[in-house]
Amino acid sequence: MGLDKSYLDYPERSYGMDHQRYDWNMLHERKKIQWPNNKKIALWVNVGVQFFPLNQQGIPFKVPGGMTKPYPDLRHYSLRDYGNRVGIYRFFKALDKYKVTPTFAMNTRLAERIPYLTETIKERGNEILCHGYHMDKLHYGGQNIDEEKELVKQAVDGLRELTGQAITGWISPAKNESENTPDILAQNGINYFCDWVNDEMPYNFKTKNGILTAMPLTTELDDQFIILNNLHSAEAWANQVEDAFQYLLKEATSQGGRILSLNIHPWVLGQPHRIKYLEYILDILGSHEAVWSASATEILKAWKNS
Amino acid sequence: MKEDPGYYDYWPYENRPKIKWPNGAKVAFWVAPNIEFYELNPPNNPFRKPWPQPNPALPGYTSRDWGNRVGHKRQMDLLEKYGIRGSISLSTALCDHHPEIIALCKERNWEFFSHGIYNTRYTYGMSESQERDMIKDSIETIYKHTGQKCAGYLAPALSHSENTLDLFAEVGTELFGEEAGFYSCDLFHDDQPTPIHLRSGKRFASIPYSLEMNDTIAYLVQKITPRRYGQELKDNFDRLYAEGAESGTIMCIPTHNYQVANSHRIKAYEEALEYITGHSDVWVATGKEIATYYLDNYYDASITDINNKKNRYGIR
Repeated sequence: MGLDKSYLDYPERSYGMDHQRYDWNMLHERKKIQWPNNKKIALWVNVGVQFFPLNQQGIPFKVPGGMTKPYPDLRHYSLRDYGNRVGIYRFFKALDKYKVTPTFAMNTRLAERIPYLTETIKERGNEILCHGYHMDKLHYGGQNIDEEKELVKQAVDGLRELTGQAITGWISPAKNESENTPDILAQNGINYFCDWVNDEMPYNFKTKNGILTAMPLTTELDDQFIILNNLHSAEAWANQVEDAFQYLLKEATSQGGRILSLNIHPWVLGQPHRIKYLEYILDILGSHEAVWSASATEILKAWKNS
Repeated sequence: MKEDPGYYDYWPYENRPKIKWPNGAKVAFWVAPNIEFYELNPPNNPFRKPWPQPNPALPGYTSRDWGNRVGHKRQMDLLEKYGIRGSISLSTALCDHHPEIIALCKERNWEFFSHGIYNTRYTYGMSESQERDMIKDSIETIYKHTGQKCAGYLAPALSHSENTLDLFAEVGTELFGEEAGFYSCDLFHDDQPTPIHLRSGKRFASIPYSLEMNDTIAYLVQKITPRRYGQELKDNFDRLYAEGAESGTIMCIPTHNYQVANSHRIKAYEEALEYITGHSDVWVATGKEIATYYLDNYYDASITDINNKKNRYGIR
């Protein structure tokens, strides 16, 4: 009786990580990063512009935020669509009012389906990164590699064509990956990706096709995570962002520049009863003397050059 | 399977022999940071899936890795600021993976106890000899890397067998006699230490570790806000401090670097630590110190009292 004896074998029990993707080291031991103009905090506001299809397949799992009811789940479909019709225009106004630079993470299928919004974002001139083809096209362990290669190519090339931008950043839907995703991304001209939330600062990530930069887009302060997963109020979201900002500011004083990343969604914070809390935060951060509001690629470049 | 684990007797929270902590303290206060290693590709266990998604399960894995890369140093600095020595619940494979963390803790004279090898290897389904081997490996690893004789146990990912506490106590005795394997954090039935029945008859105590104050339970299961968590820590302390005037109580904050050390949570935690350590009658201690003090001073009186009450009321 008992478990197979391999259950007590530990083949990766040695120095560093239990895989070869990146080196093990602790944040406080690294060299201090200096942001432009000696700012302490790089503010990365990342706006998810997403398409959740009504005919969700859920392979290999239902994407968080997707359909949960039997087909046709009109309530979730239309409530997500609300973000792209209404909420995002509240976001644009708020971002511009408080002079905060956003980065837009777009599903390619969304960019195909809503040319008006794609053109609007293009004309704003903000950085666009690829958020996969759509929210139900997941990347996952055990996925057929040729299928995934085709999926990445379709998403990245498609978004390049629709936006005219280089598209060098990537976030997988649900930040979920297969064992091959980083290799495929590097093969498709992606420079940085945001799926590994294991650090506060960028770091080098090894792939079969060169080095990617892992960019720290925390899930912990994500509006969907705090408000829909943890069931906190929008006010509590704002409290948490404020507390995080004050802490990072203090840490940056002794340890070098830090990043405050806010991953937000127009279908969550773009609601009429929540938008004022986003505005409150953008007001505090946008006007703070220690804050550098920048796009993901600008932060990446400053990190590399520091 | 048994109706009752049989580790302890019913013992009402009134009229117990009075516990007096050192220097007249009302509360013995300890902080138990879990320093864990979760595997990217753990083997399957027939009774529990390690991750909700197929491997690589990035959301869970990367968040835990963050705790080691970023969170550990933050929490360690904070505990140092308030004069608290951590009692570390350790995934002992971390000694091999991240010796820098072990070195930082050793420099501060922190205490280590066993939390298994990896937090992605569960006790479920193990034979008795497999579980014994796993526990022995963990105690030997702690000794090899820190020179400490492991006094306490918290089963990996709180996965148990019917023999877990017996095996831990026996392996401790086999390796280091009475100096190891004498308390457990696996039971949540009391706010004071209690004697534990073991098949070996070894003197052994359950030391309150508190799932209720555990940051991962608060944040991932209850999903409360950081400020609410800070308030609950203070409320928990206030009551145990007041009751500790009658007979000494124990407050434990079990933490995880990947939860409590997040930038949006650490302020609320710091406020609670400042509040608790700002009281005069608090014994800021470690798990082993509390267990030793209890076994040396109150274990026998507890047994006598429990037996008297048991003999009087019995069980049907």
